[in-house]
Amino acid sequence: MYNKGTIIPGLVIFVLLVTSPIWFNGFKAATPPKPELPPGGEKKCVMPKEYMRDNHMKLLNDWRDNVLRDEERVLVTVEGKTYRKGLQMACMQCHSNKEKFCDTCHTYADVNPYCWDCHLTPKEAASKEDTH
Amino acid sequence: MDKQRRNFLKIASVTALAGIGAPALIRLSSTAALASEHVAAANPVAKPSKGAHGESASTGMRLGMVIDMRKFVDDPKLLNKAIDACNSVHNIPQIDNRKSEIKWIWKAPFENVFPEQSQYHTAHNVENYPFAVLCNHCDDPPCVRACPTQATFRVKGNGIIAMDFHRCIGCRFCMAACPYGARSFNWEDPRPYIKKYNPDFPSRMRGVVEKCNFCGERLALGQEPACVEACKGTGAMVFGDLNDAQSKIRQVLDKEFTIQRNASLGTKPSVFYIV
Repeated sequence: MYNKGTIIPGLVIFVLLVTSPIWFNGFKAATPPKPELPPGGEKKCVMPKEYMRDNHMKLLNDWRDNVLRDEERVLVTVEGKTYRKGLQMACMQCHSNKEKFCDTCHTYADVNPYCWDCHLTPKEAASKEDTH
Repeated sequence: MDKQRRNFLKIASVTALAGIGAPALIRLSSTAALASEHVAAANPVAKPSKGAHGESASTGMRLGMVIDMRKFVDDPKLLNKAIDACNSVHNIPQIDNRKSEIKWIWKAPFENVFPEQSQYHTAHNVENYPFAVLCNHCDDPPCVRACPTQATFRVKGNGIIAMDFHRCIGCRFCMAACPYGARSFNWEDPRPYIKKYNPDFPSRMRGVVEKCNFCGERLALGQEPACVEACKGTGAMVFGDLNDAQSKIRQVLDKEFTIQRNASLGTKPSVFYIV
């Protein structure tokens, strides 16, 4: 092989450069998010934890269609407390802190759901309290 | 060879006869194509069925409202009260700009609400007091037909013309289709213009259309619409099922002479006015 002396070190440098992200932080896994448990101390959700982790977005879509289209505004009862179907009405009654609950995983997974473009977090709602 | 030609001619002539005769046969055996033909044949002076312009009554629940303008004239503050109730319940932004304003229930002069009615020597009360205007929750809603995403639709169980803001793409076809101007578009983020939040209802985002929903969310809880509740005890707004002969709204409709906004369009509005 001609120019062995330059090609092989060049190749080594190239491979190292391309794989540099792996050497710099590939072996340190990013810390998995730890969403805050409900500050009110509620222990039971409308569905088991594992189901909610995987399917909460589907459940929210189903609830939306139930409430708006299918006229099934039935209440959800968890441990004797009843909730109206909805992100604002049910979920955020317990998971009241969006930043410490919703955002932790959404930021980690780099997803940007647009729920809160319209829906009010308890904090946002309290910022302009209604008195009626 | 000769025999085959004979057969061919026979079959061809029979087919031709059948082709010519078929339309006549179909016409004889079928019923009248137009409903009007049928009625005219049965009864030359048939009374149009109940409702505006021979409107046929729909089946199932159809929520509607009677607005008694005489009561609003008696108490000029009442209409503001009703509008404020709606605004605060639905997180409606107060934008002081004709282009961007969001209206669910609002005031308009008689000549704008009933442009097809004569404006010649109208009564003082009609001329000097604003009318309460809201979505008519039509039984044949043009907005629903125009919506390309089915973001607005007729709720089967109660006839409310509802909206799913999640699906609205902001094309504004519904606004062009609505003959009553009952729809508003969010040209900007409405949140800075909302004075006080109702935590039980979402706000909207920039780029969606909104309108009166007959308080579907309150009806589900067994409450009356916010504007009706604000007028409680005055009878200025009566709300109920137009298809239920025993309902309070039907008693009012049976007793009083009411008008609908531009009923000749055939949209079958569910909001009635006593002028």
